[in-house]
Amino acid sequence: MAAAESAPERTDARPLKVRPPARKAARFWRGFIVPAAALLVWQLATSLGWVATASIPSPVSVVESWYEWVFGPVIPLAWYSGTWTAYALLSIRRVAAGFAIAAALGSSFGLLLGWYALVSDLFDGVINFLRAIPTTAWVPFVVFFFGIHEAAAISLIAFGAFFPIVTNIAAGARQTPRTLVRAARMLGTPPHKLLWRVVLPCALPTVFAALRIGLGLSWVLVIVAEMLAVQGGLGYALWAAYQVNRLDLIVAAIISVGLLGLVSDWALVQLAAVSLRWQRGLVGQ
Amino acid sequence: MSDPSIISCDRLGKTYLDNSGREVVAFEDISLEIARGDFVTVIGPSGCGKTSLLFMLAGFESKTSGAMLIEGEPIKGPGADRAVVFQEYALFPWLNLRRNIEYGPREKAMPRDEMRRKVDEMLDVVGLASAAERYPHELSAGMRQRAALARVLVNEPKILLMDEPFAALDAQTRLSLQRELSRLSQELALTVMFITHSVEEAVLLGDRILVMTARPGQIYADVAVNLPKPRDPTAHEFSDRRRDVEDLLKRASAQTGETISIPIIV
Ligand SMILES: Nc1ncnc2c1ncn2[C@@H]1O[C@H](COP(=O)(O)OP(=O)(O)OP(=O)(O)O)[C@@H](O)[C@H]1O
Ligand SMILES: [Mg+2]
Repeated sequence: MAAAESAPERTDARPLKVRPPARKAARFWRGFIVPAAALLVWQLATSLGWVATASIPSPVSVVESWYEWVFGPVIPLAWYSGTWTAYALLSIRRVAAGFAIAAALGSSFGLLLGWYALVSDLFDGVINFLRAIPTTAWVPFVVFFFGIHEAAAISLIAFGAFFPIVTNIAAGARQTPRTLVRAARMLGTPPHKLLWRVVLPCALPTVFAALRIGLGLSWVLVIVAEMLAVQGGLGYALWAAYQVNRLDLIVAAIISVGLLGLVSDWALVQLAAVSLRWQRGLVGQ
Repeated sequence: MSDPSIISCDRLGKTYLDNSGREVVAFEDISLEIARGDFVTVIGPSGCGKTSLLFMLAGFESKTSGAMLIEGEPIKGPGADRAVVFQEYALFPWLNLRRNIEYGPREKAMPRDEMRRKVDEMLDVVGLASAAERYPHELSAGMRQRAALARVLVNEPKILLMDEPFAALDAQTRLSLQRELSRLSQELALTVMFITHSVEEAVLLGDRILVMTARPGQIYADVAVNLPKPRDPTAHEFSDRRRDVEDLLKRASAQTGETISIPIIV
């Protein structure tokens, strides 16, 4: 057939016939439906008097206090006015430092633990024991040890987030397919490089899952530490608001922590999406 | 031929311990010589130790008795001189096709230009040049097996060990890969050990067919196939050969290594 012969060769340079799912934007906005509804119910509940405003503040009053907390003038006596940014930065810094330590130590140690039988034999018992202790039980000890000091908060976070990271990554490293290890050996990888060449890339999806768990826990622990062990930070503000019965500020602080946690988790997921490009199409969604 | 065998096994044995600590004898006392450049296909009932034998030659598994030499040297673990193509491809899913093929050369720290050239050449040989930037999960099964072949051939191995590499492919793809493999192994003067469950495939590819008994495995028959390549599966001589081997396989499956000792040479 002449027509078929003269038809141009199909190449990858041609405009795409298969478009990526166009509903990405729609799916993004869909995510706001439930929060908006919740907000609406909350506002109605308070303004129609379903609940006493003494026990639950209205969204409007929370936003007003929050605004003052963020943008208000810094006055020595009003402990909250204008302090939000400084407190948020303090919390972020503590989480960043504690989580970074936990992530670095936890990932490297987790890989070693999962890959080398000797390391696992030596440390499994200790790790399982320490893991069984709730991190909050360490608070008095940590305060005793470091005093009311940054190091107390950071080490509490690092210590607490370390365990879920280690155990999850070790479990991931143990799942390394034997065939891939053999393939690497057959292609000339010496045994001591297998960890880097095969085990780590194979475990990468687990590594990111473990880091997400660790990051979430870091936010839990920063609030605990700030309520009990150090000064400043959103957890500190939360506790201070409780002591002066400012329910609106308590709610504002809770939502602030939630938002920061959400943003940090989102950033981690973006990083994972870039690193795990090869995995696209292998997993659901 | 004055050339000594490239693979030689002498009273080789492999015994596993299963979960409950009982001994499982995969095979015992297998003696075997494979000459350089030979294409040997191995066929036998399931569980007779074919994969075990292949993985021992690859250096993945250790022997439990006897001797096993590659070019007169005992085997010390896996090495790039013995390429393995797995049934499940075993491509690295986090590397695209090009990087998968570059894996071996990179491990040898081959200079960049030379590596580029060789990998491009290899991509052409297996007909995957246009898919070089794709990840393994974006390739069809046949393309994956081609890629796995390219990944090992780029290292210029002397021995190619293949464990039912085409078993999961459709008939069409299998046929084209069989042709390519046959051609490449001749061009590159490779010594190939190829495990299969298909008598047709064994006769199509092998210069020599080893028929094994049930576990504990033993070589029941050692069949030379002197038909010219490429072979035509519809030809008379081919059908005769295939019937012979089918017959031998049937008889071999009814036996174990304990009941026979000397292979039938055909
Ligand atoms: N790691 C292992 N531990 C215990 N027994 C094993 C192990 N690997 C293999 N075996 C046993 O050794 C015997 C030979 O196994 P092998 O995989 O070599 O058989 P095969 O000939 O390749 O079989 P198939 O044709 O089904 O692939 C089998 O009985 C199997 O159960
Ligand atoms: Mg097998």
